[in-house]
Amino acid sequence: MTLALIVLLPFLGSLCAAFLPANARNAEAWLAGVCALACTVLTLGLYPQIADDGVVRFVLPWLGQAGLAFSLRMDGFAWLFTLLVSLMGTLVVIYARYYLSPEDPVPRFFSFLLAFTGSMLGIVLSGNLVQLAIFWELTSFSSFMLIAYWYHRVDARHGARMALTVTAAGGFCLLAGVIMLGTMAGSFELDQVLAAAEAVQSHPWYPVMLVLVLLGALTKSAQFPFQFWLPHAMAAPTPVSAYLHSATMVKAGVFLLARLWPVLAGTDLWFAVVCGAGLASLLIGAAAALFQRDMKGVLAYSTVSHLGLITLLLGMNSRLALVAAVFHMMNHATFKATLFMAAGIVDHEAGTRDLRRLSGLAHAMPITATVAVVAAAAMAGVPLLNGFLSKEMFFAETIFAGDGLLLRVGLPAIATMAGAFSVAYSLRLIHQVFYGPLAQDLPRVPHEPTRWMLLPSMLLVAACLLVGIFPARTIGPVLALAVQSILGAETPPYSLVVWHGFTVPFLMSAIAFAGGIGLYLLRWFYGQRATGGAPLRAPFDGRRVFDIVIVVLHRVAERMVRFASSRRLQLQLLMMISMAFAVGAIPIATHGLARGAAGLTPVDPVYALVWIVGCVCAVGAAVQAKFHRLAALIMLGGAGLFTSLTFAWFSAPDLALTQVAVEVVTLVLLLLGLRWLPRRLDLDDPDRRTRRARLRRARDLALAVIVGAGLAALSFAVLTHAPVEGLAQFFVEHALPKGGGRNVVNVILVDFRGFDTLGEITVVSIVALTVYALLRRFRPAPESIDVPRAQRASIAESGIRAFNPGELLPGGDLRIPAVLVRLLLPMAGLVAVYLLLRGHDAPGGGFVGGLVMATAFITQYMVSGAQWVEWRMRVHPQYWVALGLTAAGGAGLLAWAAGRPFLASLGADVTLPLVGPVHLASVLLFDVGVYLVVIGATSLMLVSLAHQSFRSARESFARDGAGG
Amino acid sequence: MEALFALAIGVLTGSGVWLLLRPRTFQVIVGLALLSYAVNLFIFGMGRLVVGRAPIVAPGMVADAAQMADPVPQALVLTAIVIGFATTALLLVVLLAARGLTGTDHVDGRESG
Repeated sequence: MTLALIVLLPFLGSLCAAFLPANARNAEAWLAGVCALACTVLTLGLYPQIADDGVVRFVLPWLGQAGLAFSLRMDGFAWLFTLLVSLMGTLVVIYARYYLSPEDPVPRFFSFLLAFTGSMLGIVLSGNLVQLAIFWELTSFSSFMLIAYWYHRVDARHGARMALTVTAAGGFCLLAGVIMLGTMAGSFELDQVLAAAEAVQSHPWYPVMLVLVLLGALTKSAQFPFQFWLPHAMAAPTPVSAYLHSATMVKAGVFLLARLWPVLAGTDLWFAVVCGAGLASLLIGAAAALFQRDMKGVLAYSTVSHLGLITLLLGMNSRLALVAAVFHMMNHATFKATLFMAAGIVDHEAGTRDLRRLSGLAHAMPITATVAVVAAAAMAGVPLLNGFLSKEMFFAETIFAGDGLLLRVGLPAIATMAGAFSVAYSLRLIHQVFYGPLAQDLPRVPHEPTRWMLLPSMLLVAACLLVGIFPARTIGPVLALAVQSILGAETPPYSLVVWHGFTVPFLMSAIAFAGGIGLYLLRWFYGQRATGGAPLRAPFDGRRVFDIVIVVLHRVAERMVRFASSRRLQLQLLMMISMAFAVGAIPIATHGLARGAAGLTPVDPVYALVWIVGCVCAVGAAVQAKFHRLAALIMLGGAGLFTSLTFAWFSAPDLALTQVAVEVVTLVLLLLGLRWLPRRLDLDDPDRRTRRARLRRARDLALAVIVGAGLAALSFAVLTHAPVEGLAQFFVEHALPKGGGRNVVNVILVDFRGFDTLGEITVVSIVALTVYALLRRFRPAPESIDVPRAQRASIAESGIRAFNPGELLPGGDLRIPAVLVRLLLPMAGLVAVYLLLRGHDAPGGGFVGGLVMATAFITQYMVSGAQWVEWRMRVHPQYWVALGLTAAGGAGLLAWAAGRPFLASLGADVTLPLVGPVHLASVLLFDVGVYLVVIGATSLMLVSLAHQSFRSARESFARDGAGG
Repeated sequence: MEALFALAIGVLTGSGVWLLLRPRTFQVIVGLALLSYAVNLFIFGMGRLVVGRAPIVAPGMVADAAQMADPVPQALVLTAIVIGFATTALLLVVLLAARGLTGTDHVDGRESG
């Protein structure tokens, strides 16, 4: 439970942080700090348990069939990382509070920072590989948002995009990799996977899987050849660089490598790829760092280099190297975060991070300088600091890494060289910024920052010193726990003491120091010529490759779109229909379409007559839809009525009722639309007579006939086969005993498949609101704005133009119908409620009832005029929709109150005074919700369309008035 | 009856497809409406044609699916009818708005050459 809390807390905090006001700097910092601190305290509290039992677990069942559970698992290694992430989070929050300026929108910053903390903790604590991949992507996402925090800056946007592209692509590979790995190991649970090393390594998929997983890890940890994104990510605010891009997120890659070390490591492929990438990053990063002009640039490349060192250690297939790797992950996090914070302080106080401008700041800010000097010394590997210990372990490992002469001599030599570079750039950073004469032309006059801003880095430096001087007593037990949780009983003996005597590693250290100082002096002599780019880096300029790849991808995609798609709807539809036909025709072509053996129903002459009318209407509508829209509409209604009668004929009373009601509203809807369409009278359009047009029509006709014939044949074949045993029996049997209704269709809708129906009425509501919203900004074509001709004639005849609100009845020809329609409203309401209430046992229900009621409203509008109706009553269809959705959803929630699943039906028999015994069921409330939604949505759509007519008429009046 | 029913589906589909391929927005709307009739009838027909036996368990009747029309396709089609109306309305409004913006009722928003 504590584990779940540790992961959940930052996410909750992130949510809260997002809603605080933009200038609540202190509140945000408190919130974020308390969240991170709480995680730290909870983690510390778990230490005894981890030390005793080894592993703490929290499992929440999820997709059991797919072998997925929400599973958290903390062992010694995960504990160490959890502590690192949450503790570093706390310190970074304190630092960020003073780093961000009052103009920066803080909610966004702290919200994403906390989201990152949660995601990173999720990676570290995941007991399930797929879940780990999900959290992995979440960190990429929050990193993207944080790099782009100052999104008005081009470099921030570009850097964010690059980081996301590289790390998310890697995350995608990782997902594929872990799915393969889980399949090979037989489970996605980390425990089982870690135990399945043999099965995995002997599996034929192993190489592919390994490459995919490594792609994920190497991109995340900015390892060669993907190192280029990290320097560009330095556009982020410095707290982010300190936290994500040095201490934690970039460690996720090496964390994963160490986590999966027992399963994946030990093969030659692992050695080649991991060591190769690590070695390349180690050297390239170290060399490039020496030539940076930006303080953060130096730190970014040195991070690449140090992560390369860790990767190299992990790739060596040696247990002792793994110990050194884990140790160095921690050490690097402490000193690198300190240096980033110091760089941020310098930037904050002096106004620049440019190494060529900065000088002698130790005079102005001695505390910052001291902190930075100690941290840089740790980075360089000076004795009595933590960096020294892990570096010595690294040097010792390189000596024993390989068998061949090349490896035996080459690897230690390269390691020493990298060490020398490390010394050189650390020296350069410190010497350039803090020593020499105090720079005079800085953008701001540098001075020491507030104590609170210094506190985090001071604490971290203290940690560097303590670990460096008393390693066995400080980091010792924790490191042992972490290493044991990875290696188990095979943990090798290692010694954490400062002084091992005059050994080969010590000699290498000494050479590295001498070489580093020499390198720096060399660099200093030629320093004035530095261009900002390292000489070694040019052939490995990942950024250019990245940009080229992106551009090429864009071009290829554009080409493909241009080749494979059309902007013309007709062509698209033609393709779609042909494709659909082909997909249906292929199985028929291979298996044939035989007529079944079931007997036919004898033909009824009455139905045959109706059928003829229906078919004529359908074809007529198709022919007339271009030049005689009204006629086409009437015939469309005819076809609809035929459909409805067909439903009625073949034992579907509910469908017949609904179809009739929908027919009415559809017709009204389309009639309302007619007014806004252009007049089209030119029957002898010369375009229609061209050869191309004729050919096109012939082609469409052929396709229409073929598709129609095909579907008819298919229907006939199905209808002549005996029905298959489907779900029908279940629903019919259980409708009355379980659903409490006799009308099976209605019981399915509101009870068995109530969730579907809830979704459907939600869709209807959304559509109605969309229609309403679209029409609020409706701009009709200019020639349609004026009052239509027929209406003008009628106005001229009757002399009535505007409506008169005082009148009891609307004027004009429709006065008598208006009286009748008013009388009709209560009757229609009664019928609607009747249909609604009987729906459970007899044809009817919420859909039909709602449509009848909506039709009654619409009739009022049609006959009496919208303005007159709205003068008398306000329908507010939106309220009906909202009320209906609430009722339907509430009916579903009621079941929760009774401890049943969502939308389970509840019923009770009550005796009401005067009425007698009544069966009350939650499904009735649900059906009432459907009823209200249908009324609201239908009237909303129709009424808002109808409103356009007098809105634009009003606009045209206003225009005419102004003109005349 | 089965043949008539199947032919009706064919005629409705054919008319609908023909209209879908036409260039004017109103034709497309009418075509979609016709096509949705056809599709609804098709789905409904998957439960086979039964005359005079609505899926209602009358009092005193044995609940046997073989004795009545299949309720499942009916339930599917019922909501489809209502959704069909909603989407028709949406399409109509989108097309009207498009006509206002582009000045033409051609489906592509411009007269084709």
